[in-house]
Amino acid sequence: MSAKLIDLQHITKIYDGNTVLDDMNLYIRENEFLTLLGPSGCGKTTTLRIIGGFEKPDKGAVLFNGQDITHLPPNKRQLNTVFQKYALFPHMTIAENIAFGLKIKGKTRSYIQDKIKYALKLVNLDGFESRMPDSLSGGQQQRIAIARAIVNEPKLLLLDEPLGALDLKLRQDMQYELIRLKNELGITFIYVTHDQEEALTMSDTIVVMNQGYIQQIGTPEKIYNEPENAFVADFIGDSNILPSLMIRDELVEILGARFACVDKGFGENRPVDVVIRPEDVDLVSPEEGTLQGVVTHLIFKGVHYEMEVTANGFEWLVHSTDMFPVGTKVGIRVDPFDIQIMNKPESEDEEAVAIDA
Amino acid sequence: MRKTTGKKPESPRIIYFNQAAMTAPYLFWALAFIIIPLLMIFYYGLTDKTGAFTLANVAAIATAEHSKALWLALALSLVSTAICLLLAYPLAMILANRRVSQQSFLVLIFILPMWMNFLLRTLAWQTLLEKTGVINAILTFFHLPPLNIINTPGAIVLGMVYNFLPFMILPLYNSLTKIDPSVVNAAYDLGANGVQTFCRVIFPLSIPGVISGITMVFVPALTTFVISNLLGGSKILLIGNVIEQEFTQASNWHLGSGLSIVLMAFIIVNMVLTGIFDKNGEGTAL
Amino acid sequence: MIKKSAEKIYIALIVLFMYAPIVTLMVLSFNNSKTRAKWGGFTFKWYVELFDNQAILQALSNTLAIALLSAVAATVIGTVATLSIAGMKRRSRAVFMSVTNIPMLNAEIVTGISLMLLFISFGVRFGFGTILLSHITFNIPYVILSVMPRAKQLNPSVYEAALDLGASRTQAFFRVVFPDLLPGILSGFLMAFTMSLDDFIITHFTKGPGVDTLSTKIYTEVKKGIKPEMYALSTLIFVTVLILLLLVNYRPKPQDASIPGAERTKK
Repeated sequence: MSAKLIDLQHITKIYDGNTVLDDMNLYIRENEFLTLLGPSGCGKTTTLRIIGGFEKPDKGAVLFNGQDITHLPPNKRQLNTVFQKYALFPHMTIAENIAFGLKIKGKTRSYIQDKIKYALKLVNLDGFESRMPDSLSGGQQQRIAIARAIVNEPKLLLLDEPLGALDLKLRQDMQYELIRLKNELGITFIYVTHDQEEALTMSDTIVVMNQGYIQQIGTPEKIYNEPENAFVADFIGDSNILPSLMIRDELVEILGARFACVDKGFGENRPVDVVIRPEDVDLVSPEEGTLQGVVTHLIFKGVHYEMEVTANGFEWLVHSTDMFPVGTKVGIRVDPFDIQIMNKPESEDEEAVAIDA
Repeated sequence: MRKTTGKKPESPRIIYFNQAAMTAPYLFWALAFIIIPLLMIFYYGLTDKTGAFTLANVAAIATAEHSKALWLALALSLVSTAICLLLAYPLAMILANRRVSQQSFLVLIFILPMWMNFLLRTLAWQTLLEKTGVINAILTFFHLPPLNIINTPGAIVLGMVYNFLPFMILPLYNSLTKIDPSVVNAAYDLGANGVQTFCRVIFPLSIPGVISGITMVFVPALTTFVISNLLGGSKILLIGNVIEQEFTQASNWHLGSGLSIVLMAFIIVNMVLTGIFDKNGEGTAL
Repeated sequence: MIKKSAEKIYIALIVLFMYAPIVTLMVLSFNNSKTRAKWGGFTFKWYVELFDNQAILQALSNTLAIALLSAVAATVIGTVATLSIAGMKRRSRAVFMSVTNIPMLNAEIVTGISLMLLFISFGVRFGFGTILLSHITFNIPYVILSVMPRAKQLNPSVYEAALDLGASRTQAFFRVVFPDLLPGILSGFLMAFTMSLDDFIITHFTKGPGVDTLSTKIYTEVKKGIKPEMYALSTLIFVTVLILLLLVNYRPKPQDASIPGAERTKK
């Protein structure tokens, strides 16, 4: 494993009496593509601004390669930011925009010229040198913003919802573009978004945040398949979240029916939350099912059908390629490894879950 | 000049009622009370009392008395404009950074003082500046040399700065608040220090505000006759005083109009400048 | 911390600069000495004598009447003009906006004498009417410039939606479009009223003998010395406006409701 590039230690940030970040600890390794994911107001952008130097934490320290940079102004930090709305200098040409950081550093003319050419090639916008920013489309402006940041060869690139203003198709193209750039340049990316799909597509590591707390850190697969609490499960993808009772290891009671599962160590007869992804709910004939229910809604979604099945007073969300008409009596079965047991949220997070549930 | 604003689609046009009927009143008003009166100045300025064409009224600016008044007015108004810019820029930056609500500061700096008559406010400076006035009393208290600027060009400059400073602050503030804060952050992020960020990003982006501020201060300062009358004593004549006297005392409207044409030449240069920098026609003061 | 205090001091100094003469005038209104050069003790007598001074009261009523009438007329003409300009093609709009800018950018003395020459040439008798016409003229641009941003932001779909829902054009305009323009119209009106009230130069050139506004009355008094009643009147006007502004600004405002996490949509 490579070294810690950024190390956030006990970061607390308070705005007008509101705690935006509370004793946050997080490190980012070199060459990682790390995404801070969460709803608006969760503290993800504040975290990024603290790393970028635009905010000072009220408590705690920011280490960069082991050195304390908490009080270093942004212009002295070896990192660059791609801003939410591009923030290109409107009075400068594209070339002047890209050259800005290099001119400040006093690089030679020929070096700057080479860098501009190289950067424009990298973002597929050769020949745009003398255009003005406002003559470019949103997607093009975003690429220039990235080019302007990377010519400075930062160790770390911070991206603040850079694709937020683009339409869906362009977003998807830019996602692949960003992954390609990251691999070609070999620099560390910290990416902020509220879009879970974007996070799942691009990241090596996802940090799910809510109300100033880190909810879970993990790979996209781990976050999706093994959410640690109801907030993460609900925020990432569709899910059925059911208050349940852990009878003993590998056995859980959901809505009065007992399901085999694979989790251990939650104790006996303990209340837990269970998450089951809609695609993991198998619909079978009533007698084969662990639970029996009736299909109440049916929508065709293209790749699959989305159904709602009412069973034991709970509306199950089910994704299936098989179609069951409304009114059909069905049985519900779930494979043991598709049942994810989660601890009930800590008191402070309870509120957070309640708002988003 | 490059466009400094973001890409702007043509604003939607809606025609609510009969377009011609809605345009007519203002068209009439503008013709009758803006365009025709201006043409009258040209008519009077370019004719003599018999109605014959002459350039003598315009050429009269070259006489010693008139040119002295014009140069003095130019000098004092340029100095006042420069002082206004230097005083207003820091203030506009502070207000813009603090995101002081436009409404409240507009009222404080701009609207509220106007409810005290401007002649009285200017006259009050006499009281403040007099040999035994308030300011000198304070200066003597701190053992500083007294200020004797009443009835001097210095007092006129002070009066100009006092009266026209808000006209400089407002456009500067407006152009500074239009700067996207993330653009400023981007400059820091790319390694620029405070001075570099100001010189390369903030100031260039505020130039439209600087230009309209300069126009808004320079024109009234150049053409004033009231401030020089109230604070300069009766000996100092600016071009505005000369023109005013031609109309109200000498009743030589032809000469007054001729000199006004000269004055307008300066104003037109100003208007062209603002026109270039304010392409969107969004106005300057508001 | 030091920067913050320096900023505060700077703001305070500018405000002091702007308000020092105003405070001076207020103090003079209580000065029991006929000349403003020396302090003769505290008195309310100018406030009492003010209401016996017919000349000043007449000038005040002229000033207020002209300000009110010219602001109303300018608001009506300016608002209609704004809507028509906003509906124009780019080129004619540019022409109209340039014409609108002329009284704003031109020197007041030039505007004043140009109107004076107009009235002379057409044999109009100088008096209340000529002042009023002149004030309407320089007030219209202020109204247009404060309504225009609102008119530009109007969403045409809102007007069309009203038509679609069965409103007539007049109903749609007055129920949907007009309320949207109202803040701009009100601030234009206020601006026009204030500008008219404070005007001296244009009034100076377009007034006739015997008709005075407060400004022209003060100007004629300058040489012989301002009557202290004038200070009292100005103080009264200023304090009244100040109190009105404070009342308007400190009335309770509705809390704006922002819901945390509101951006989340169904995935």
